Amino acid sequence: MSGLALSLLDLEADSSVCLEAEDYEKRPGKWCAGCGDFGALNAVKRLLAKEQLQPEKMAFVSGIGCSSRFPHYVNAYGFHGIHGRALPIATGLKLARPELDVFVVMGDGDCTSIGAGHWIHATRYNADMVVLMLDNNIYGLTKNQTSPTTPQGYSSMTSPRGSVLPALDPLQATLGVSNASFVAQTADWVPAHLYATLQAAYEHPGFSFIRILQRCPKFTPDVFQDQIKNPDLTELLVHEDGVDPPGLDKLFKARRVHDPKNLDDGRALAHRRDMLRLGVFFRDDSLPVYDQIRAVPPVSAEEKIKRLNKEFERYAV
Amino acid sequence: MSKMAKKETKITEVSEHTVEIITNSGEGAQKCAQIFGQTCAKMGNGVWTVEIIPAEIEPPHHTVTSTSGNIIRFGKEKITNWGDQSKLAIAFNEQVLLSRHRLDSLDDNCIILHESMWEDHEDDFIREQYAEAMAEMSTKNYRFIPVPIEEEALKIVDNPSHGKNMFALGLLAEIYQRDLSIIEKQIAHIFRLKSEKVIESNIKLVKAGMEWARKNLEFRFHIESIPPQEERIVMNGNQACALGAIAAGMDLCAMYPITPATSVSHELSDIFETYGGMVHQAEDEIAAAGVALGASYGGKVALTVTSGPGMALKTEFLALAIMVEIPLVVLDVQRGGPSTGLPTKVEQSDLLSSIYGQPGDAPRVVIAPRSIEECFHSMVTARRIAETFRCVVIVLTDANLATGVQQFTRPELDVRWQQGPIDLSPVPEGLRPYDWDPKTGLSRRIIPGAPGGQHTVTGLAHDEDSLVSYHPSSNERGMRMRSRKLAVFQSTLMPPTVNGEEEGDLLVVGWGSTHGAIEEAVDRARAEGKKVSACQLTFLSPLEPGLKDIFRKFRKVMTVEINYSDTVGDPYITEETRRYGQLAWLLRAHTLVDIDCWTSCPGQPLRPKDIYKSIVAKLDEPVKLQKGASL
Repeated sequence: MSGLALSLLDLEADSSVCLEAEDYEKRPGKWCAGCGDFGALNAVKRLLAKEQLQPEKMAFVSGIGCSSRFPHYVNAYGFHGIHGRALPIATGLKLARPELDVFVVMGDGDCTSIGAGHWIHATRYNADMVVLMLDNNIYGLTKNQTSPTTPQGYSSMTSPRGSVLPALDPLQATLGVSNASFVAQTADWVPAHLYATLQAAYEHPGFSFIRILQRCPKFTPDVFQDQIKNPDLTELLVHEDGVDPPGLDKLFKARRVHDPKNLDDGRALAHRRDMLRLGVFFRDDSLPVYDQIRAVPPVSAEEKIKRLNKEFERYAV
Repeated sequence: MSKMAKKETKITEVSEHTVEIITNSGEGAQKCAQIFGQTCAKMGNGVWTVEIIPAEIEPPHHTVTSTSGNIIRFGKEKITNWGDQSKLAIAFNEQVLLSRHRLDSLDDNCIILHESMWEDHEDDFIREQYAEAMAEMSTKNYRFIPVPIEEEALKIVDNPSHGKNMFALGLLAEIYQRDLSIIEKQIAHIFRLKSEKVIESNIKLVKAGMEWARKNLEFRFHIESIPPQEERIVMNGNQACALGAIAAGMDLCAMYPITPATSVSHELSDIFETYGGMVHQAEDEIAAAGVALGASYGGKVALTVTSGPGMALKTEFLALAIMVEIPLVVLDVQRGGPSTGLPTKVEQSDLLSSIYGQPGDAPRVVIAPRSIEECFHSMVTARRIAETFRCVVIVLTDANLATGVQQFTRPELDVRWQQGPIDLSPVPEGLRPYDWDPKTGLSRRIIPGAPGGQHTVTGLAHDEDSLVSYHPSSNERGMRMRSRKLAVFQSTLMPPTVNGEEEGDLLVVGWGSTHGAIEEAVDRARAEGKKVSACQLTFLSPLEPGLKDIFRKFRKVMTVEINYSDTVGDPYITEETRRYGQLAWLLRAHTLVDIDCWTSCPGQPLRPKDIYKSIVAKLDEPVKLQKGASL
């Protein structure tokens, strides 16, 4: 009875605070005009408002790069760390405070190059967090160097005659890691899809990896232009366990029903180069979640002292 | 039966002895030594044991590289280091013995009980290598006593590899007149998970060893044993750090396997969860630092454990922790370097890199426990400093402390050490994330979850609001505040104590694990009337106060360290080109006193006799008259 009364009180408390998307803005983003990061920031703020998350109960962790400035612009706790190392910080935070909602924001260089080791292993740990990998195919903040996801042949300051290697595919790489539990792709220029994908990622218990294709107006203004101009070059992967945002069927005629439980199909689709595919490639809510399987019941200080004194018996002279 | 004729038994009274048990790896030397050491400790002797470990897991047997074993130094008084050479050795073959001979580990008159089966072995090669080894060792005055160790063990067990060690224990028990009932209890405890039969046969083996010694050996040693008054525990430095971490109220240890630090995490992995804590084995050294930092950001008490190569990798994260002022305790169990160096061996070469080892100015606290007991307490101290000053604390132990085993007074645990740092009370309006007290640089730590405290910490230069700021005055203020905290911390420290007279001809200054060996060497010199004192530093960054005043009262000051320094007179090495030991370098800069150093990096702990020699040499050296020198 008293439990019920308490939960009613909680509901009341929640309903008394209604936070709008703008309440989650700490300060306006300072990216270049036309930068795709703004789209991601807006979608995140919408999600936070939809979920009515308490600003003090979430943390945004990032590395270094244009997109890693993200936490500075959100009304939440934030950790703007070092290049490539957002994931270990986020993993430590989640282990320490599983009740906090943890979001990670990385760029393509941050995640797939200098932080590649952490990316593979954090995928396997499958700690419960939403991971936004903002992929503009270039190093922006250091001013136009080739990244692992830069298309082959695309020129930059470090590859003036064009990138010599085929681009690394973050989806295929992530889908290849055991215990990967949520792998999706979306794009900053399809806000409804971006928002729906974030929503699905947030609901997924585990490491939700979203590659967000993101325009860089300065250094890679043209890499996604064909797809932006011609929606027929994009196929939406739709499913009730993935995403199927309303209103997009008119714009994107190519739709494929893909069950995100099917890892083989997800991998095959990630491998294909005929079209750009947006949607949830893989999702399995039943895989072990690191912060849950490592959760340890707390022990009181007095009890610890008691046990440690007993432990000393093993070493007693 | 034996080639030796039974003579009258002679008991020699000694104040201490050092014994080596030398075997192939996998032949149980550690268990034998563990039981022997424990028995000595329980009888009331001071004990220090050191493992002899090959870098490989189980290298080919009966070779000079397969040596595995244990050195046990025990005596009437407290033993603080591994001492000089061994007076008695038990060797299971001549090759492992030869490796110890080549390391000059055995006393000139060492009594060596060695396996007798190799001399007349049917295999020509074995006989030849035996003869060669014995010829090589004939330069010393060793007393060799062949013992049919395997033959005797086979009378009791089928597999001699699982029995020779206990027979050897029996030999030692008789020679040193150990209490058999204590040995029996130890065996029962160590093999408690095995069958009753295993315990019985092990005790039988010990008795067989004692019996053989009784019949064949005419010498015994007697070391007075004074039963201890207070409760004591016995462990190695890594175990002490692990239990110290729990006593300090730590919640999480993030690590990546690295010798010789890993066993800290073994100890914790075994028991930490029953204390509400956890060990996270990260994908690499960098991630281990990151996970610890992330956990500490979340308000948990976190530790990362590593050794030199891992420290190098963690550098960027340590600088980040310092920049964002999130507390972090780092344990560096030093090993030989540079690079992969000597993974299993001791060195004190991480001092300067621990203090200065990153681009940019990143002040942090560095402390070095001087004994295994201090390893335990260093964890409590480190946590307290890290949280009070929102800083990184590096604890420098080394392979000597990590694998040395010593008994010490059972620590009195304090429930206040356990107190969690999480304060999630609402953050008062106007309180800024870096509300530095302009005098002390201290500010209140705000932890995620505290309402109204939302801010983003950043490794970029930032102001009091944690906003990225490239303004000249803001950057300089941040630098000043992070540095100021060290001075404030230093103001809470006492000057170090001087062992011996407060003035004299020579002051020997050391840091960390060399404490016992240095004190022993200095005591020896003082007993001969030499005016020598010693001072062992624990706090290296910031340095303990009052050093210059202490140093001024001695004609000469010299550091003793296990790291590299040049020797003047070697090719190209002059006063101008000479590179000093790391503490000497630090103290010279800090005090402007012309401090000399004697350092050595043999990959093993320093011996009191070698330190003693360096003391005599330094005393005999004429005092340099340098222009402008102010001593």
